[in-house]
Amino acid sequence: MPDTPKHPPFKLIGKNYTTPDLVAKVTGKAKYAEDYRADGMLFAKLLLSPIPHARVRKIDASAALAMPGVKAILTADDMPKPADALTDLGARIPANPLGERGLTNEPVYQGEPILAVCAVDELTCAEAIEKIRIDFERLPHAIDPLETLRPGTPNARVEGNVWIRPPVPKGQQAPPPQVKELKWAEADFAEIEHGRLPMGKLHPDGVDVAPQSDEWSFGDVDEGLKKADLVLDETFTTPNTSHQTLETRTAMAYWQNGKVYVHCSTQSTQPTAPAIARWLGLVDDKGQPDVSRVVIISEYTGGGFGSKITSAISAIIPAILSKKTGAPVMMRVSREEEHFIGRARPSIQGRLKVGFTKEGKITAVDMFVILDNGPYDPQGDANNSGRMLSLMYQPPAMRWRGVTVLTNTPPRLSQSQPGGFQGIALMEPVMSKASRKLGIDQVALHRMNAPEGKAPIGAAPPGGKRAYVTSAYIKEALDRGSEMFEWERRKAMPKRSGTKARGIGVATSCFVGGSVGFDGLFIIKPDGRITVQSGIGNLGTESVTDSHRVVAEVLDIPWEKVEVVWGNTSKNLPNSAPSGGSQTTHAMTRAAWATAHDAKKKLQEIAAKDFGGNPEDYEVARERVFRKGGGSGMTLAQAAKRAIELGGVYDGHEVPAGISPYTKASVQALAGQGLLAVAKDTMPRDGVTHSYVAGFAEVEVDLETGKYRIVDYMAVADVGTIIHPRSLGGQILGRSTLGIGHAIGQKWVYDSHYGIALAKRFHYNKPPTILDVPAKMTWDALDIPDPETPVGARGIGEPPVGAGCCAILNALSDALGDDIFRRAPVNPDTILASLEAGRPMQEQFTAHI
Amino acid sequence: MAIVRDIMPAFELFQPANIPDALSLLDRYGSEAWVLAGGLDSFDWLKDRIKRPKVVVDLSQVSELRGIRDWNGGLEIGSMTTLTEVVRDPRVQAKFSILSTGAEAAASPQIRNQGTIGGNVSQDTRCWYYRGGWKCYRAGGNICFADTPTAINREHAIMGADRCVAVNPSDTAPALIVLDAQMVIRNSHGERTVNAEDYFIGPDIDITHMNVLKPGDLLTAIRIPATWAGAQFYFEKVRDRQVWDFPLLNVASAKFVSGGNVDRIRIAVNAASARPLRLTEVEDFMRGKQPTPQMGDTAGKIAVGPADPLRFNGYKIPMMRNLVKRAISGVEEAKWA
Repeated sequence: MPDTPKHPPFKLIGKNYTTPDLVAKVTGKAKYAEDYRADGMLFAKLLLSPIPHARVRKIDASAALAMPGVKAILTADDMPKPADALTDLGARIPANPLGERGLTNEPVYQGEPILAVCAVDELTCAEAIEKIRIDFERLPHAIDPLETLRPGTPNARVEGNVWIRPPVPKGQQAPPPQVKELKWAEADFAEIEHGRLPMGKLHPDGVDVAPQSDEWSFGDVDEGLKKADLVLDETFTTPNTSHQTLETRTAMAYWQNGKVYVHCSTQSTQPTAPAIARWLGLVDDKGQPDVSRVVIISEYTGGGFGSKITSAISAIIPAILSKKTGAPVMMRVSREEEHFIGRARPSIQGRLKVGFTKEGKITAVDMFVILDNGPYDPQGDANNSGRMLSLMYQPPAMRWRGVTVLTNTPPRLSQSQPGGFQGIALMEPVMSKASRKLGIDQVALHRMNAPEGKAPIGAAPPGGKRAYVTSAYIKEALDRGSEMFEWERRKAMPKRSGTKARGIGVATSCFVGGSVGFDGLFIIKPDGRITVQSGIGNLGTESVTDSHRVVAEVLDIPWEKVEVVWGNTSKNLPNSAPSGGSQTTHAMTRAAWATAHDAKKKLQEIAAKDFGGNPEDYEVARERVFRKGGGSGMTLAQAAKRAIELGGVYDGHEVPAGISPYTKASVQALAGQGLLAVAKDTMPRDGVTHSYVAGFAEVEVDLETGKYRIVDYMAVADVGTIIHPRSLGGQILGRSTLGIGHAIGQKWVYDSHYGIALAKRFHYNKPPTILDVPAKMTWDALDIPDPETPVGARGIGEPPVGAGCCAILNALSDALGDDIFRRAPVNPDTILASLEAGRPMQEQFTAHI
Repeated sequence: MAIVRDIMPAFELFQPANIPDALSLLDRYGSEAWVLAGGLDSFDWLKDRIKRPKVVVDLSQVSELRGIRDWNGGLEIGSMTTLTEVVRDPRVQAKFSILSTGAEAAASPQIRNQGTIGGNVSQDTRCWYYRGGWKCYRAGGNICFADTPTAINREHAIMGADRCVAVNPSDTAPALIVLDAQMVIRNSHGERTVNAEDYFIGPDIDITHMNVLKPGDLLTAIRIPATWAGAQFYFEKVRDRQVWDFPLLNVASAKFVSGGNVDRIRIAVNAASARPLRLTEVEDFMRGKQPTPQMGDTAGKIAVGPADPLRFNGYKIPMMRNLVKRAISGVEEAKWA
């Protein structure tokens, strides 16, 4: 690629190495939350609501409390009020009075925890729970999002059935979202007869909403559709999928000297401390979370995928029980409990009108989505589905409209590529159909509509200009992928033989890939070694150590001389990016870069002080700081000793301005141990950082059974500079598999009459197994540095999901034509019934089938 | 009483070391005893606290129940033989490969290492209402939740339903029916054998049980006679995932062909009904005819004649029709070139 930027040659960046946690993981020595024990530890278990919507009139726990071994019962009345939360990117959302509290007296989904029993062991807890009598007042429930928009149907909450965002008064914080009742006219539903999503009003009449909260647009959509040679009007439904992390959200907690120690499962280490403090109501007089009273221990986490960005609200239950009983409390979360409280991606039912020129260029997109939000906080997936679509397919004109509907089903939360996945999954079947209608190759169609360079994204804010991305090289990814996958050869192969049909599919996908503004912190010790304080969570991505390779790279020190401290907030960590939205690699390589340059500057200054001249006369390399071109110098070990002698900023006794109060406290605790490097990432960035993946798939379908097999899958990522190939490959293929699960089987099943989940846990929810994906899935990455970040790296965890799912869906359509499926996942029942009938046969508008 | 799931209640555990001890325990505790084989079905029920036996009799220490022996030119398979052992046994592979294929289609490699053939044929249905603890006919109540206007029933029965619409999930059962296997059942009074076909029962006979075992009974072995050794076999299972899934449907057949015509044939399907079904009408139709795709197609139509689908399982009709066709004529291999 002659026109694309290149990064300089690196010694460590882009090379494989053995991460310090690897041996413990593969030998079973790694300790997860459940593996900890404390003296006198008690256990806790949850009593879950058996019905989808009710009020607790009375709890009779007398028989349970009378049992030997039962120590305490915790109810909603013991829980702190809803507290502020953090978004995926770390921004604060003010507390929602209708938000979750961990336990409730008004369960709004089957499986919502009502109370927790604490006893000497879990068996006693379970037997005690069976002795508890709860008098429920049943309330009407709503399981199907479309159904609850019909006139006269029940609402999921007493307050209504849709979330709206009220306007923000000038100069004030955004008020919490509100629940209102929205019902459409019966006539709106006539569209269902034609297989198209009804599109009623976006909010109730007379209700004011914040600008762009349920509708936004750019360009002239009507004109774009008018001048199009082909207009497709397609409705598609994406599945609700549980995160289903291998490790459930188990937590153990105890109090010592006024501090609460929480062993929990979390994606982020340092950012979990303020979250737990907030949930526990531990705030200082300014209303800020009092992190001095919380210690988070989480050295290993068995997956999060967005469901444990700052652990989980359930983690405060053992903490409060521990306070109540005066003993450590372990709450192991069972797979059954995890099904209900473990979070899930919300389904979107979407309708897209898309105009194409006969050459394949998109002229306009008109998008309408209904988000199945579950009963709690409004998720950003509806809006993000439109935003990511606007980036990925670059329509010159687009309108997005969305309704966020409440249902009495388990709470939703960001799942890898939240909203972006759904946007891609709604649009890709349109791309696939357009390719056949226009007679244009799938890859060519994607390529001509793909973003390039500083491509625009979303609508302009009122009175402002459209935002744009830092860079996009997805066209190069499509080119490389077509070549590696041998797209043209496969395209030329026969499509039918006997009872088998074969198809190939390509899909492109994108999502946010990095944030800015966090701190880095490390010490060069008098023995010449470096200790990096890592506040990053160890959630399986390896960014907990990968990001810090930058420090060794910049200072030219062997990796073997770098020790990374992680997994415990009492170990003086810096303010770090929450590991959500795949921002960590970008954010924390920047922080590492800034901090390494702080160390370099300090080393140069120390050398200049000792040997004369200006700091710029010195360079840092080969574990030394020395005069450029040779001459006087000292080792890093000697410099560390000098830093301690000099004190001040050099050993952390003086804290530079600008770094966060959290980091400042850590610097003060570590001062005097060597040359202390600390910095906040204040480096410029022009644009918003996004990453991209192109996925390629081949499938083979048995036309007599409807069963299909993924013959091959390959993904090519545009994620900037490669930091650690092995963990990058793990992420690309792992998240592709997560996406493939959405195509081939993962879903929820509900009996809407009773409002009860039928598919639960691993077996019935059908996540993909290792034998469902091809044995030899392959990946590649462009390794083109992002021009807006010093190392050039962006995050990877999100875009493979949409690419994985949609490459499979498009390959199925290539094999079977357009009249087989209208929702994902696609299983033999749908394929066979539709093939028999010659039209889509699955109930398209019934939720959770 | 509040409900809590996924935590096993206390029970008295017995681990007898021989068959007489096991039988005497089953005799002593009668309907209060739960027989534990590989545990794949049992632990789900126990952990969910839905089945609450006082006593669990774990057969894992009874070595007599394990292993494959020659028997009258055929084979006798101990009921505690794991599915993996069945799959890998060279005699099974040589004479009755349909059983290895069926056993290998079950569950996942890990589950087959633990799950037994006795457990596989004796397991309970996977109807998600029943397994979820709903008080349905099969659980002693008076409603079938899977057969209501809002029920989700894509995996349920298309034929042979009687109030309950659950299906039998076993992958080895149709293979054993086709092989004319005999189930050896012992209790403290003696031993009896039951044809595989008659081992399974539908809701019309007993709506709360899927087989003929009564309290005190123990399935000790499965005998496979030489009758169908060396026949042309066909087995196919359709499931959502490639692994770790019960069948949407499966089919098994054995046939001897002479002079191009079917001489003897047996064919069975499972997951279409509460019991694995031997398709005798299809067998009668095919006898003396050529096993061609055309003939198979007609046979498939005969097979699905009694089908009466529910709201979400109509696809099982073409699926069963096509599987029966294939079980007669074989599957057409793709030739892409």
